[in-house]
Amino acid sequence: MNTRTDILLQQLQKKILILDGAMGTMIQRYKLEEKDFRTSALEHHPKPLKGNNDLLSLSRPDIIRAIHQAYLDAGSDILETNTFSSTTIAQDDYDLSHLAYELNFESAKIAKEVALAQSEKTPDQPRFVAGAIGPTNRTASISPDVNDPGFRAINFDQLAEAYAEQVRGLLDGGSDILLVETIFDTLNAKAALFAIQEVFEEKGIPLNPEEGGIPIMISGTITDASGRTLSGQTTEAFLISLSHVPLISIGLNCALGAKELRPYLKVLAEKAPFYVSAYPNAGLPNEFGQYDQTAKEMADQVEEFLKDGLINILGGCCGTTPEHIQTIAEISKKYKPRKLAFAIEE
Amino acid sequence: MDNKINNNLLKLSGLEPLVFTPELNFVNIGERTNVTGSKKFARLILNGQFDEALEVALDQVRGGAQVLDVCMDEGMLDGEASMVRYLNLLASEPEISRIPIVVDSSKWNIILAGLKCIQGKGIVNSISLKNGEEEFIHQAKTIKKFGAAVVVMAFDEEGQADTYQRRIDICKRSYDILVNEVKFNRQDIIFDPNIFPVATGMDEHKTNAIDFFKATKWIKENLPGAKVSGGVSNVSFSFRGNNPVREAMHAVFLYHAIQHGMDMGIVNPSMLEVYDDIPKDLLEHVEDVIWNRREDATERLLDFAETVKSTGKKEAVSEAWRSDSVAKRIEHSLVKGIIDHIVEDAEEARQELKSPLKVIEGPLMDGMNVVGDLFGSGKMFLPQVVKSARVMKKAVAYLEPFMPKAGDADFNESQSSIKKVLLATVKGDVHDIGKNIVGVVLACNSYQIIDLGVMVDAQTIIGEAIKNKVDIIGLSGLITPSLDEMVNVASEMERQGLKIPLLIGGATTSRIHTAVKIDPVYSGTVVHVLDASKSVPVAGEAISEETRGAYHQQIKATYAELREAHQAKQEAKQLATYEESKANPTTIDWENYKPVKPTKLGKTILNLDLEVLRNYIDWTPFFSTWMLAGKYPKILKDEVVGEQAQKLYDEANLMLDKIIAEKWLEAKAVVGLFPVLRSGDDLTILNENNQETSTQFHFLRQQGKKGKGVPNRSLADYLHPDEVDYFGGFAVTAGLKMDDRVETYKAAGDDYNEIMFKALGDRLAEAAAEYMHEVVRKDLWGYAKEESLDNDALIKEAYKGIRPAPGYPACPEHSEKITLFQLLDVENTIGVSLTDSFAMIPTSSVSGFYFGNPDSKYFGLGKIGEDQVESYAQRKGVSKEQAEKWLSPNLAYNPSLNPVME
Repeated sequence: MNTRTDILLQQLQKKILILDGAMGTMIQRYKLEEKDFRTSALEHHPKPLKGNNDLLSLSRPDIIRAIHQAYLDAGSDILETNTFSSTTIAQDDYDLSHLAYELNFESAKIAKEVALAQSEKTPDQPRFVAGAIGPTNRTASISPDVNDPGFRAINFDQLAEAYAEQVRGLLDGGSDILLVETIFDTLNAKAALFAIQEVFEEKGIPLNPEEGGIPIMISGTITDASGRTLSGQTTEAFLISLSHVPLISIGLNCALGAKELRPYLKVLAEKAPFYVSAYPNAGLPNEFGQYDQTAKEMADQVEEFLKDGLINILGGCCGTTPEHIQTIAEISKKYKPRKLAFAIEE
Repeated sequence: MDNKINNNLLKLSGLEPLVFTPELNFVNIGERTNVTGSKKFARLILNGQFDEALEVALDQVRGGAQVLDVCMDEGMLDGEASMVRYLNLLASEPEISRIPIVVDSSKWNIILAGLKCIQGKGIVNSISLKNGEEEFIHQAKTIKKFGAAVVVMAFDEEGQADTYQRRIDICKRSYDILVNEVKFNRQDIIFDPNIFPVATGMDEHKTNAIDFFKATKWIKENLPGAKVSGGVSNVSFSFRGNNPVREAMHAVFLYHAIQHGMDMGIVNPSMLEVYDDIPKDLLEHVEDVIWNRREDATERLLDFAETVKSTGKKEAVSEAWRSDSVAKRIEHSLVKGIIDHIVEDAEEARQELKSPLKVIEGPLMDGMNVVGDLFGSGKMFLPQVVKSARVMKKAVAYLEPFMPKAGDADFNESQSSIKKVLLATVKGDVHDIGKNIVGVVLACNSYQIIDLGVMVDAQTIIGEAIKNKVDIIGLSGLITPSLDEMVNVASEMERQGLKIPLLIGGATTSRIHTAVKIDPVYSGTVVHVLDASKSVPVAGEAISEETRGAYHQQIKATYAELREAHQAKQEAKQLATYEESKANPTTIDWENYKPVKPTKLGKTILNLDLEVLRNYIDWTPFFSTWMLAGKYPKILKDEVVGEQAQKLYDEANLMLDKIIAEKWLEAKAVVGLFPVLRSGDDLTILNENNQETSTQFHFLRQQGKKGKGVPNRSLADYLHPDEVDYFGGFAVTAGLKMDDRVETYKAAGDDYNEIMFKALGDRLAEAAAEYMHEVVRKDLWGYAKEESLDNDALIKEAYKGIRPAPGYPACPEHSEKITLFQLLDVENTIGVSLTDSFAMIPTSSVSGFYFGNPDSKYFGLGKIGEDQVESYAQRKGVSKEQAEKWLSPNLAYNPSLNPVME
């Protein structure tokens, strides 16, 4: 019982694990310029690169490292790699598809170095790296063309191929966990899971974490008050659609604040045979699109579902900062993690 | 908190979850979105009508389907692309996509394509050990990666499980592999232990239902988590056509299958009786069969089935011929002209033959050949053949969307051996009944008809012929100017280097005209066709690769001989000079004749009552339109054609009833009676004060050398040579509003009713002319006030006076119609106009002159000499060439051989 997966499984039984908070919110604080996004190799890249935050892992690894460190200092158990958009598909907007593997590899490597260093400092609190797999900017279930509902800007095979590339980079860079996150279209996530299974087979990694496999986390996004994903699924349908893989956790993130997320987390807590995760936004955005929920306010809301025992893994999404993470980490210490649902055979 | 997750439940999802809790009892799989199960759906998909096909899915969901089976296994389809397109469209319809999808295909690539389109957890239908364990394991592993449940057929390397033992052995073996090797979630395994028919009369089928029940029970007890599904309608396969029995069998089977643990299945809700509503006696017989309770269970149910057939609540029981093979059924429909089943039969044949073209060239053409043979041997008649053609057209129209298009991979295969015939009524002419009949008859004989319609100019004919690579061109025309236009078309074809054989047909055409005027200007084969039935052998010989060379030479030689003979005859033919002819007019005793002044001079415009006109119809020409020879009413009792004629007559009258009751047509007439002054062979219209107007009519005179006492007639002879006499003109039409309905028939491909309708329109127009003539004689002109004639006598022209029409034998020169139409203001008064070639539109119109002299008679002008033509041209104020063109059929000389010497 000493692989990192084993250690993670042990930790999950002991406590509510704390994810980190927003990467983008932190990067904004640095007031970066175009030049900060350019590596020497990209000096003459024809497209503007400012805003391609994933690229900072190559051009300004110091900043990414510092942000990771800030979250670890705030109490995070799990760091998310700076790879939300590091697929060939998402990077295509910057004509940087060719960097996909490198971005994932370097981002995982940076996070891993920081996490390992911190683990040494706090042996009681081992830190882990979750390779973040974003949804890409295309949907496999929804037509972008209102006049042709049968049209698709992306298909399953294209997604699976892009995800496989990302997964290889993330694994090679040292990710302890794979986190398919901010899922607004379940078919995209199915393609990601398909790619993960293919890469695991390729690399001889068992699918089941109990057998030493790399744990897989799933986190969907409920986009509105109707309680459905962008592609129209209810929370339970979303759960059923992705349960074919022995996930370590399933949960929800983004789009809503903690308060709004609660009813859907409850569904997962009741139905999921996996651990349940949540990393809400810092409330709902104000009229300027900014998140102004304070750490205290967010922690108060989060505490509601901690009390109900709905949660195993907790963190923050858009608008959350190390301050938010620190506050919810403190509160979560007061509560026990949700017990893993167990299967009954009738 | 107590987190119990029941792992024994099959959980599926669309946009919403579907968890197979015990309360669900039985899950109904909607299967109308399966091209092999629903003809309607198949047709929509094959037509690319995906939006309409979505409605099918919606109906299924609204009808209570909890899972939707989508199958695109159809030979003519790109199954992968269709599956993807349809599933993507389903995804955009939340009402449909809320339920889980069954990706149904026997092709692995289609299953994969489908799995890549569904965000929910669906079912794959199906995999099996048919091709061994390796493929089975690979497919199961892949399905697992996509997160779908799977239907496993009880099928192995040896074949389908058909006994209880084989069923459970194969299911056990499949289950063990899936659970132990593939690590497939047990609750996601669904067995289909094969529902097979019972009551087939074969001993080995007697326990099919029982074996399924027992196997189901065994699976549910011995293979934890596994589910059982099946297609219920199979069980009643042997009772196809007897829905009450089938519905009862489905209900009984399902009732017991669910009791034994069947979880889900494909059941058409409209083919399912409520178990408790099954009549006790039927229930007993069905239970006997399902449970194989008696040795004679099948026979008893079969006997009993006969008695419940007629109580069918949803579908009329089929006639005996409906149980024949599909080819026989198609033949039957074609020969009998039955249109009701042709689309479904064509579809069945298409499924069977895997190609729409093979259906057309196979069963449909075979059937039409039977029709053609029966027609050729006089056992079928044109009205029947036209009905057959209507059935054929409907089938072809149905199949056409399935035909490969240019660019499709299998397009070349579609380059069929079917010969194409282009048909057109030439420019200036609007008559098309005859042409349509030729089209029908040729279509009955395996030709594809490209009908360009009426008023078609030469360039269009040539252009379309080239574009469509036609094998033969048929030109039609009814009025004499069309003859020249045909010559024009032929010379244009020659100039543009065509070699396509040319068929010439239509009322004014003749073998001799074709030989003398058309054949010399075109080096390809030119053949005159006397009537529709002759078009078949002619077209055949002119096209066929074996015969066309010899036929070309033979026909060219024949026509050359005809030309020579004609030329010789022309030279030998004794024509009187025009002067001599004028000196030998019709002898009328003018001394004792006093012209009758009409009661009402000038124009009279009337709306005519179709109900009245009906009584004036001359039916004989109607039957001859339909190529039924014989005089009405005797034809109705004719030994050979009587039955057909009666049928046609009855149907015509039925349509007439509707034409009249629903005002499908309107009839109008304008007549004018005028004082005239004759001057030689011309007449001048006088005004009310008997002063000459500028309106003149010009008549022609026979020039053939006559025997003693036989006059060289001219219509002018019937007018007083030097006193004011009276003369009339008329135009009637019964064709107003005709186009609307014709368009409807055309759109429906309904030749039969189109021809019927037009033929009746023509008859009504003639009837209108007959009726108006009577009104004129008895009333407006009033020279025969006491006349009392029945229709038969009218037809026999037992009245005084005549009404010759410009363009017809006594006055064959059509351009006189212009004068007539101006005089009567025909276009504005009754809405009839003239084409460039002086054809009347609408076609169901008649115009002509009234001569009231009791000695006036119809006659044919015959050939005339150059001297008269010169005189005529000069009197009419046109060039000689123009007059020659107008009079071309009547010229006793060939103007091209006799250029005018200045």
